[in-house]
Amino acid sequence: MAECGRVDSHTMDKSITLPPDEIFRNLENAKRFAIDIGGSLTKLAYYSTVKHKVAKVRSFDHSTKEAASDKLYEISVQEEVTARLHFIKFENAYIETCLDFIKDHLVNTETKVIKATGGGAHKFKVLIERKLGLKVDKEDEMSCLIKGCNFVLKNIPHEAFVYAKHADSEFRFQTTDPDIFPYLLVNIGSGVSIAKVESEDKFERIGGSSIGGGTFWGLGALLTKTKRFDELLQLASKGQHSSVDMLVKDIYGGSYGYLGLTGDLIASSFGKSATADKEFSKEDMAKSLLHMISNDIGQLACLYARLHNLSRVYFGGFFIRGHPLTMHTITYSINFFTKGEVQALFLRHEGYLGAIGAFLKGAEEDNPNQYSWGENYAGSSGLMSVSPDMYPMQRARSGTFDMLEMDRLDRQLVNLPLLQEPSSYIPDTVDLTEDAPAREYWLFCFEDALDGVVKRAVASQPDMPEAAVRAEKFRQKYRHKLQTLRYQPFAYGSLTVRSLLDTREHCLNEFNFPDPYSKIKERENDVALKYYQKVVKSLEELSWEDRQFALVRGVLAGNVFDWGAKAVSDVLESDPEFGFEQAKRQLEDNSGVDIILGVMPLVRELLSRGTEVVLASNSGPALNDVTNGELQILTERIAAMDPVIQSGLRDDRLTLVQNGSSSPCLDLSRLDKALAMVVRERKTDLVIIEGMGRAIHTNYFATLSCESLKLAVIKNSWLADRLGGKLFSVVFKYEVPAGKPSQEAAVLTP
Amino acid sequence: MAFNGHQHDNEIVDEDETPSKLPRCNKEMHGHLRNDPQNEAAAPAGPSTSDRWASNATPRHRKDSVKKTRPPFPWFGMDIGGTLVKLVYFEPKDITAEEEQEEVENLKSIRRYLTSNIAYGTTGIRDVHLELQDLTLCGRKGNLHFIRFPTHDLPVFLQMGRNKHFSSLHTTLCATGGGAYKFENDFRTMADLQLHKLDELDCLVRGVLYIDSVMSSGPSECYYFENPTDPDHCVQKPYLLENPYPLLLVNIGSGVSILAVYSENNYKRVTGTSLGGGTFLGLCCLLTGCSTFEEALEMASEGESTRVDKLVRDIYGGDYERFGLPGWAVASSFGNMMSKEKRESVSKEDLARATLVTITNNIGSITRMCALNENIERVVFVGNFLRVNTLSMKLLAYAMDYWSKGQLKALFLRHEGYFGAVGALLELLHPS
Repeated sequence: MAECGRVDSHTMDKSITLPPDEIFRNLENAKRFAIDIGGSLTKLAYYSTVKHKVAKVRSFDHSTKEAASDKLYEISVQEEVTARLHFIKFENAYIETCLDFIKDHLVNTETKVIKATGGGAHKFKVLIERKLGLKVDKEDEMSCLIKGCNFVLKNIPHEAFVYAKHADSEFRFQTTDPDIFPYLLVNIGSGVSIAKVESEDKFERIGGSSIGGGTFWGLGALLTKTKRFDELLQLASKGQHSSVDMLVKDIYGGSYGYLGLTGDLIASSFGKSATADKEFSKEDMAKSLLHMISNDIGQLACLYARLHNLSRVYFGGFFIRGHPLTMHTITYSINFFTKGEVQALFLRHEGYLGAIGAFLKGAEEDNPNQYSWGENYAGSSGLMSVSPDMYPMQRARSGTFDMLEMDRLDRQLVNLPLLQEPSSYIPDTVDLTEDAPAREYWLFCFEDALDGVVKRAVASQPDMPEAAVRAEKFRQKYRHKLQTLRYQPFAYGSLTVRSLLDTREHCLNEFNFPDPYSKIKERENDVALKYYQKVVKSLEELSWEDRQFALVRGVLAGNVFDWGAKAVSDVLESDPEFGFEQAKRQLEDNSGVDIILGVMPLVRELLSRGTEVVLASNSGPALNDVTNGELQILTERIAAMDPVIQSGLRDDRLTLVQNGSSSPCLDLSRLDKALAMVVRERKTDLVIIEGMGRAIHTNYFATLSCESLKLAVIKNSWLADRLGGKLFSVVFKYEVPAGKPSQEAAVLTP
Repeated sequence: MAFNGHQHDNEIVDEDETPSKLPRCNKEMHGHLRNDPQNEAAAPAGPSTSDRWASNATPRHRKDSVKKTRPPFPWFGMDIGGTLVKLVYFEPKDITAEEEQEEVENLKSIRRYLTSNIAYGTTGIRDVHLELQDLTLCGRKGNLHFIRFPTHDLPVFLQMGRNKHFSSLHTTLCATGGGAYKFENDFRTMADLQLHKLDELDCLVRGVLYIDSVMSSGPSECYYFENPTDPDHCVQKPYLLENPYPLLLVNIGSGVSILAVYSENNYKRVTGTSLGGGTFLGLCCLLTGCSTFEEALEMASEGESTRVDKLVRDIYGGDYERFGLPGWAVASSFGNMMSKEKRESVSKEDLARATLVTITNNIGSITRMCALNENIERVVFVGNFLRVNTLSMKLLAYAMDYWSKGQLKALFLRHEGYFGAVGALLELLHPS
């Protein structure tokens, strides 16, 4: 049974006031509410539209407005409306306060109904209907859970994790197979429900057990006179079950060697309390009870998994809900019973599944499943450990709230069809969750760079006086995120350089700094365009062999112009004269500003050799990376002066596509569907990935089913050290998939 | 015993025991032998395995093995579990005058002590109703007695053995259960007795199959409950366990072991659970302050578990139709006890009943899943948890029938807890 029947409003410190305006964000435009009321926590979901500033580039019409401006293109900051899903979790005690707040701020009148699920939904039905004036429409809990589970598994990378108590990092996040079905969902509420999920619309409750969280709570309360679930877990964490349980060694004197059962195994739970006439400590009894229940659930889950031949088993419900202790005992039990064949998987947003599912049921007309959604790191609390001893950051948050925000992405995201093994693809090169020295370094690095980012953010909006205030808010928010990640690196899945960069982008967007680099990019592009023909001409004068080296150097030199790398931004900011020629010298004789003088000449060369080129760039801004919008204009401009590019565009041999990303890094499992389609249609046989973010921080180990070339300049001395090289040394990684002849190798390897 | 999750795959090995040597025994015992599992899936290879079988080899050198084909009296089989010691004793009734004369006084005194009492000390009990009379065992006619006492009183038993100079009889004491290992040293030092240790699951399977085969007269050994889902018409009926294979054998002692038995000498341990009889009694002691199994059962019979458990109808107001869950099904064992008011309103009897129902239903669930996984339709429940525990037996019968929609049949055996000890006795008479 999934139901967490009794609604137990905790006695809690009522003096902690909930800051509702920080929690119920964008309520003005909110519509479609859903609520999941559990035994102690309420989860509210709503859909809202968010206005935020975006930088748009627009080409001037040069024929009519001749010399109206000497600018390359027009950058305008526009308001764009995007969809966002808000999920908020708070203790039941706050439900009335929260409903009042929502009522006061709810302007939208379209909404008539609120979808509700969870064991407490009926209890608060009247209250909700009275306060909000919405009709409560109850949805089945199990189907909501499963709908929610499908949604997070599909849309949130690193949603699922394996828990390992004694490992370096307790949470090992799983790369989710793009095909998430079939799986087993074991929901441990007051009882246990076990469901087999075969597709988006097909699931079956295949079994369950009455021994669940309610048994731990109820029986635990009787045995220990401790009322609260969390307190019982606290007791259990300090207890010794072996004083209450009859172990194999208590019966055998040692192990039962014949069956290979070690002496420490539990032969009979509470077996000692049946024979020994003595007092047992509360802690020991709680621990014994926890083991008994976890083992029992684990055993049943394994039996069901085996019967239905399923290897993916997700656990959820209030018994689990982020409690390290229960995750540990369940994991232990599953390992024991399946000898490692089945892994117990947990979900980062497990607590929200019901609310998400209920919401989705009410939002079917908006087709939320048609879009891709992304976790907004700026607006989401992330996974928190509930153990205050283990994670000091938690203390400040206890008894308050937790949030998840998901942005609807403009583009539907899919796998790059050329990924060798989509199910095992990991974009990131270093997992900072598991690599403590690397984590230390990068957290320091990002914190250190924060002043510069703030400065540039302000500078990017010179005509907005309040930019400084917003920039300061951004600083605080991002710094707080960094601090959180220092203590809880697993908060948003595996911590990586990519996630740190993305979090920064999300925070910048949050405070309306959509593209702090737009002006710098424009200036650089403008300068580079002036040199384009010169560069092309000098390349053409070279012999074929020299030209190849020059082209590659050009791409790499251009790559030095990366404001994201501190080493570079230091040089650039201290010396305004530092330019392309210098960058070339730094790399001992090179050429090109990233896209125009580096990549474009290479594209040109490929086109003139008869190769079709698909040029993929970011959909949205990230640092100084060129966006698809900018690239469209730049390519037109180049085409105007270069017949090779022009004919390439005209004959459709040069295609510009957006990649669906707004990150300096690249996740090849989440690319624009249109790009994936072009890649498939054109039968792409070579992928060139350029830049430190896309080829080193991510995808360095990615294996593709076609030839690939990863090239970048290492612009970070720590990383250079890590990789065994020097600052500004070059990575040029050409790979041929196993079994294919490497014809091009001789040509491209310098 | 309940050790979770380890399988026990037994190789089917040729039985090349020599039946011709043991003409009379063989008739009764044929097929109840179990060969050495050389290729044990779960048991580690190496010293521990070979040690075990080396120690087993000793009784083969009994001096009478060729001449008389049977060991000297007394014949005992012992099963030392986590909670109870089970003892079976064969009382020969065909003693000739000549034998009588030869018989040493110690032997007589032991026989007289065991057969003339039904209780021993403060805790030892002979289950008279289980006694098997006029049994032919290894060519001897006699009665088989079933005796039990708590494992914690084993020192008293050893002291008695010492006082009665049991060791002077030079008998082999075949013992199984974990205690055979744990107390081996105590047997030697306190009573000067050398134990012949036997695997408990081997003994269990052997004992079940043997008792079932000899019980032709008198009350049927095997029985089931007719109309298990209808409380008014639920009656105990004899069951003829002919061609019993494959069967799932569920032994509920302190913990639970579940075996799949495919033939006389081919079985495997499917799984086990630590939620067994020991858990029922242990929790009852803590929750109600009772101290014996009988007391706990007595309380349970007077209680009402629905006050303690949260039922489906407590949550949904009735059946949870979408998933075919009836309103009376337990949604959360002890679920009502999350509430303070309800904790204060339940009686000890209610708690005892809920504990019994929780443990029993859980065993039922796991058993049912094992039966499905192993594709076995017949389940035999044994073990001392079921002793005088009709409540649990009916619950199990109900659960098997209801949740499998009549596919699974729950069977029970009268000698519920003694099969390990019987198996140990058989080992004495006919070593494998």
